[in-house]
Amino acid sequence: MSMIKQLSIFLENKKGRMWKALDVLEKAEINIRALSLADTSDFGILRLVVPEPDRAREVLEENGFLVKVGEVIAVGITDKPGGLNKILKILNKSGINLEYLYAFVEQNKNRAIVVLHPENIDAGLEALKNGNADVLSEEEVYSI
Amino acid sequence: MIWNEEVECMADEDKRKLQLKRLQDVVKRAYENVPYYRKRFDETGISPEDIKTLKDIEKIPYTTKTDLRGAYPFGMFAVPRKEIVEVHTSSGTTGKPTVSGYTRGDLEIWSECMARGLTMAGVTDEDVIQNTHGYGLFTGGFGVHYGAQKIGATVIPISTGQSRRQMEIMRDFGTTFLVVTPSYGLYLAEEFMDDGMDLKDLKLKAIGFGAEGWTQEMREKLEEKFNAPAYNIYGLTEVMGPGVGIECAEQDGLHIFEDHFYPEIIDPQTLETLPDGEKGELVITTLTRKGMPLLRFRTKDITTLRRGKCKCGRTLVKMDRVTGRSDDMLKIRGVSIFPSQIEKALFKIDGLEPHYQIIVTRPEQLDELEIQVEASQELFSDEVKELVGITRKIEERVHSEIGLRVNVTLVEPRSLPRSEGKAVRVIDKRDL
Repeated sequence: MSMIKQLSIFLENKKGRMWKALDVLEKAEINIRALSLADTSDFGILRLVVPEPDRAREVLEENGFLVKVGEVIAVGITDKPGGLNKILKILNKSGINLEYLYAFVEQNKNRAIVVLHPENIDAGLEALKNGNADVLSEEEVYSI
Repeated sequence: MIWNEEVECMADEDKRKLQLKRLQDVVKRAYENVPYYRKRFDETGISPEDIKTLKDIEKIPYTTKTDLRGAYPFGMFAVPRKEIVEVHTSSGTTGKPTVSGYTRGDLEIWSECMARGLTMAGVTDEDVIQNTHGYGLFTGGFGVHYGAQKIGATVIPISTGQSRRQMEIMRDFGTTFLVVTPSYGLYLAEEFMDDGMDLKDLKLKAIGFGAEGWTQEMREKLEEKFNAPAYNIYGLTEVMGPGVGIECAEQDGLHIFEDHFYPEIIDPQTLETLPDGEKGELVITTLTRKGMPLLRFRTKDITTLRRGKCKCGRTLVKMDRVTGRSDDMLKIRGVSIFPSQIEKALFKIDGLEPHYQIIVTRPEQLDELEIQVEASQELFSDEVKELVGITRKIEERVHSEIGLRVNVTLVEPRSLPRSEGKAVRVIDKRDL
């Protein structure tokens, strides 16, 4: 198993809500490893990968946020043209649909990290492993 | 248990005789002692002698809240002010407050009615009643208090507020009967659970709730959270206060104490009296009140009257749960809707918390209805499309209930205002 935990936070489309969520994390000294924001006209979902997901969830809930902890897959790719393409090709070949993904580049390394959420996460993980993708463990992601 | 079997189980014919006698008496008293009534009777060309049957009540003009305001403060009193031993007022949220005055005898009747009602809900002199209704000008606190004292139960007159204290007292004093407004009850349950209290550990036997609109679904939530049956208490300041009608163990309508109150249902538009079983506005005549008799007072509450012997043994007429107010009826794009209809639809969605707000706007020519609903752990999903799907589902439910398209917005938990009294459910931003 190599899935990592992701926090999803419900945000109303209102001034200052995202800041408030991040402020709560800062006060709890929780460093964010990766972040993405999905939004509609009425609400947003802030998705975060943090080293201590359970503690982060606790402090957020204490401050009135609606939080869910779910699982996603983190994959390391080479930081050059075509890096992400390789991964998508593997998934496509296996007929895996993606719900969403977000990516970030690592500092001082020639590597980028993609966070993936396939419709069927188990099948997605299997396909990536069979395709020799560099699936990262929780420890690897948290220590970035 | 029946507090006063003689009147609560009275045969219909005897009841009507008693009511007619009392009606004739109250009409005479009102005519002779209240200038407002004398003027209205004279203008209409009727006199107290014209009341020969109960049906003749229909000749009497209605009394409205506006009439009471016009007589502010003591113009409706039928006895010298020195005989009035207590006054209460309405909250004044819709204008100048209306004053209600009570003689010692009126307070005795109030105590009697509440004692009957609390007995219906199972209260005895063994019980400990936590009364969270406010003590003061509001009738809720005192009404419950008087009834409980009459029964001989132990009253904790805690009033509204201080939820932590409410919790401590409920646990330490072994409260067996809780009196709340439904929204305050749900608020307390939420606060208690936040503090890690298991509501199932309480000694609570039953709940009495009133003073604001409610739905069956709201009652069920209250019952589920406190693990105790909840009974509705109905009343209004102008007429007396809580205790005009109360639910029995059947939880299927509220018995009105017909030896003291004569109820009618009218069409709020045509003002015609409607037969039993039809839905309309409740009108009440006080049959025994001395300090401030009211003839055909329009309550604005929408309900239905049903007759027939109840399974509980009482013969008193029953009114249905108040489903709305003739004055909080919203006209949206010409369609009449009540906030309670929306609430009913909302509560059919699993996982939906009973916190919502209805916002009416008119951006161009057309009315728009937005419903803000608090997202809950159960409703929230990491997927945008699922969240959008949930709002669509809620919109469809409301649409099928009221026949109008609405916009549902999910808002963060605890972001809608919590009330410690009457919940503000509708915000009408239209410039009408």
